[in-house]
Amino acid sequence: MRGREDEWTGLMRSAMAGDDAAYHRLLKAVTPVLRAAARRGLARAGQPPDQAEDIVQEILLAVHLKRHTWDSEAPFAPWLFAIARNKLIDALRRRGRRVFVNIDDFAETLPGETPQETASAGEVTAQLNTLPQRQRDVLQSIAVDSASIKDTAAKYSMSEGAVRVALHRGLAALTAKLRDD
Amino acid sequence: MDTDQLIRSLAADNAHRAPRVGTVLTMALLVAAPLSILIFATFLGVRSDVMSAMHNPFFDMKFAVTLSLAIPAIIVSLHLSRPEALLRGWGWLLLLPVGLLAVAIGGEAMMAPTMPMSMRLMGKNSRVCLLAIPAMSLPLLAGALFGLRHGAPSHPALAGALAGLVSAGLAATLYASHCTDDSPLFVATWYTLATALVAAVGALAGSKVLRY
Repeated sequence: MRGREDEWTGLMRSAMAGDDAAYHRLLKAVTPVLRAAARRGLARAGQPPDQAEDIVQEILLAVHLKRHTWDSEAPFAPWLFAIARNKLIDALRRRGRRVFVNIDDFAETLPGETPQETASAGEVTAQLNTLPQRQRDVLQSIAVDSASIKDTAAKYSMSEGAVRVALHRGLAALTAKLRDD
Repeated sequence: MDTDQLIRSLAADNAHRAPRVGTVLTMALLVAAPLSILIFATFLGVRSDVMSAMHNPFFDMKFAVTLSLAIPAIIVSLHLSRPEALLRGWGWLLLLPVGLLAVAIGGEAMMAPTMPMSMRLMGKNSRVCLLAIPAMSLPLLAGALFGLRHGAPSHPALAGALAGLVSAGLAATLYASHCTDDSPLFVATWYTLATALVAAVGALAGSKVLRY
C-alpha cells in the first residue's frame, strides 16, 4: 500500500511539473481503486452498483479541477481520498440517501483487486450534450476521437490556445452541471 | 463517454494552471473592500476625537481584537480549503481574540471605574454596532466566499462560517474607528453578537456555494 501511494505522489508531482503522461498514468492507476470504493459505498447504501461509474467520473473531474489545492509536499492519497469521499457522499445524498462514508473504504482497497475494464457512464455523456457547440466539439475530438490538441485545432480551424480554453471550460462546465443537477 | 476517454481529456488539460486559493481570496477581498469602505465613509466615518482616542489603550485594543479575529480566520479558512484538512490543531487560532478580550476586561476591572459596569456594557452605539458590522461585512463576505469557492473544503458550512469571521473581523476593524464605546465589555458583547450573526449567514451561504 505504502509503495502504491508513494508512486501516486511521485506521479502527481511530475504531473504538476508539466508531465502529461505521468498525469495520464496516475489517473489510470487511481481509477480502479475509486471504482471499487464507489461500488462499496453504493452497496452499503442499498443502491445498484451500476451507478459507480458516474461517481468515478465525478471524482476524476473534481480531482482535476481542484488539483491546485494539493500541497506537493504532502502525500497524494489522503487528498485524493478526501475528495473521493466528499463526492461519494454528495452522490448518495442526491440519490436521496444520507450515508456516512468511511474514509477507510478508499484506503483499504485490496491491492489484488482486479482492475475493471473502462466503463461508460450516463451522466457525463448526458451533460456533454448540453454544452455549447464548440466545447462539445473539442471534448468529443480529444476524448472520443483521441485527437491531439494540435489536430483538434486544425480540424476546427481554431488556434491551439482556443482549443485549450474550450477544453478547460468544457470540463469545468461539465463538473458544475453534474454538481448542480 | 467512457472513463478512459474522460481521463484522456483531463490529461490533455494538464497544462492548465489555476492560481492558488490564497491569491484568489486576496484579490476577491481587495475588490470587495472598497464597497465596505464606501458604506463606512457614507454612513459612519471616523470618530471626531480620534487623535485623543489613540492615547486610550482600550481604543487601540479594539483593533487588536478585530484583527486577531480577521487574520487567523483568513489563515484557517485557507487551511480548510484543502479537502483533507482538519480544524484540529488550527482551531485554537480562532481563540486569540477571545483571549485578548479576556485580558482587556481583566485590565479594565482593575482600573478605577469611570462609568458603572452596565453603562460600559450597553454603551451608546449598540444598535449601530449590530447594524453596521453586518452591513459592512456583506461585500467582504461575498468576496471571501468567492475566493474560497476556488478551494475544495470538505465542510462547506464550516468554511462559510470562517468566511463570515474573516469579513466580520475586517468590518469590525473599520467600525472600531467610528464607535466611541471603547470598553472591552461593550466589544465582547456587541461585536461578538454582530460577528456571530455574520458567521451564521456565512455558514448558511457556504453550505450552498462552497460545494465543489
